[in-house]
Amino acid sequence: MENTFYNMETSNFKTKLRRVIRAGFFNFWRSGYVSLASILVMVVTLSVIGSVIFIGAILNMTMEELRNKVDINVYFVTTAPEADILSLKTKIETLPEVKSIEYTSREAALANFRLKHENDQITLQALEELGENPLGASLNIKAKQPSEYEGIANFLSEENILGADGEKIIDKVNFFENRVAIEKLSRIIDSAERLGLAISLSLVLVSIVITFNTIRLAIYISREEISVMQLVGASKNYVKGPFVVTGVIVGLISGFLTMFLFFPVSYYLGNTTQNFFIGLNIFDYYLSNFFEIIFIVVGSGVAIGAISSFLAVRKYLKL
Amino acid sequence: MSIIFDNVSKKYNDNYVALDKVSFEIKPDEFVSIVGPSGAGKTTLLKMLLAEERPTEGKVTLYDTDIHTLTGEDINFVRRKIGVVFQDFRLLPQKNVYENIAFAMEAAGRSEEEIESDVPHVLELVDLGSKIWNFPHELSGGEKQRVAIARAIVNQPDIIIADEPTGNLDPANTYDIVQILKKINDLGTTVMLTTHNKGVIDSVGRRVITMQEGKVIRDDPNGKYIL
Repeated sequence: MENTFYNMETSNFKTKLRRVIRAGFFNFWRSGYVSLASILVMVVTLSVIGSVIFIGAILNMTMEELRNKVDINVYFVTTAPEADILSLKTKIETLPEVKSIEYTSREAALANFRLKHENDQITLQALEELGENPLGASLNIKAKQPSEYEGIANFLSEENILGADGEKIIDKVNFFENRVAIEKLSRIIDSAERLGLAISLSLVLVSIVITFNTIRLAIYISREEISVMQLVGASKNYVKGPFVVTGVIVGLISGFLTMFLFFPVSYYLGNTTQNFFIGLNIFDYYLSNFFEIIFIVVGSGVAIGAISSFLAVRKYLKL
Repeated sequence: MSIIFDNVSKKYNDNYVALDKVSFEIKPDEFVSIVGPSGAGKTTLLKMLLAEERPTEGKVTLYDTDIHTLTGEDINFVRRKIGVVFQDFRLLPQKNVYENIAFAMEAAGRSEEEIESDVPHVLELVDLGSKIWNFPHELSGGEKQRVAIARAIVNQPDIIIADEPTGNLDPANTYDIVQILKKINDLGTTVMLTTHNKGVIDSVGRRVITMQEGKVIRDDPNGKYIL
């Protein structure tokens, strides 16, 4: 078929690409208010996406803090030899569930006890009267996941750990007392993360749909133009191209505008969030993750703009 | 390279018959006027030729090819060889006069040098050289139609289709447009014109195809407007 009709083409791909980009830019510029409206809606969407990043960071940080609060302590009998405890420590360290393990010697436990009760003379006096250190050494174990404590605790009780001379060295493991609280907390953490993810995703989805519809309306205005372009023999891609470029421009401008707006907003919210949530200042987070955030926000803008335009124009293309 | 309509019918879903077994042949270089009341099927006929509508029966042959067997890019090749002018001008409102005409050339994949030399030239031809940077909303009806004609002829098409091109114009502009179309025809381009305007037909004085209710009721080589 190609040979039946005389092909008048004398321009190469680079020329066509340049024309498409130029047309897209003019299209954006001359549509004025329509472009402005698209940018406004897009900024709202990208703000939602950006906020989801911040909220995710806050949630992660808070959950991390909560997780760190969960631990189990293994208390040893006062007569347990230090070498046995340290060899047990090495053994526990090799368990895959264990994140960290900390040894508190009998002396350190006593020092901590004294420090804690330094204003409590009666207790300190009682301690003096005992004459010897009543406190055993202990190990503080943190797991990677709250749900893994049970395994660690079981390991400790199953082994029924004995010292080198066959004596029982473990006094008690506090997991079994705190079990209910730990399990509850780990469930709360899990569902909070899942809920957070679900809410974030639906917010992002809703705002993307709104942006998509705005861009579709903007292109609906041009549907006559699209049919005229096709009537003078423009190929589908040549009609689509400029609209996609316009979508990309809207995405780029909206992305940078959103990042620009985040600066004062996160600065203003910085101290508040630091006090309210455990330790995360979102302004610091914004600054230290700037390139990652700008990549996501601007990238989302460009992708949403380009894909929405592409799909919207396709609707008005005939043939 | 004749245009051949062979028993072409077009029925819409509700059994409305827009075209009823229409047959005729248009030779190269002809200037054919198609007349008839509204709803007679004139516009449907032109849409068939542009492959905008498909016939229910029959076929439309152009370049010895049934154009409704063509797809995609091949249809674009045909359209670039046909210049179209509409009653409502259909210029691209966001583009100025130069860009409107350049667009048709760009769509046909012409080079930048060709565009830069041809656009001003074709605008001189329709006597609009001074409005080259204006936008469509800054032009009068007659000027818009001349831009549309310039756009239609800039790719040196084999055929010009003009669908009631003078419908929105005053008598002076109507006369100008008809003169331009005649000039284009004299340069060797086939022209198909639909119109309501008796004055236009009489001043052209060429072949007239009269349609009514989807049928060709008269085909007159030296026609006058008779209904």
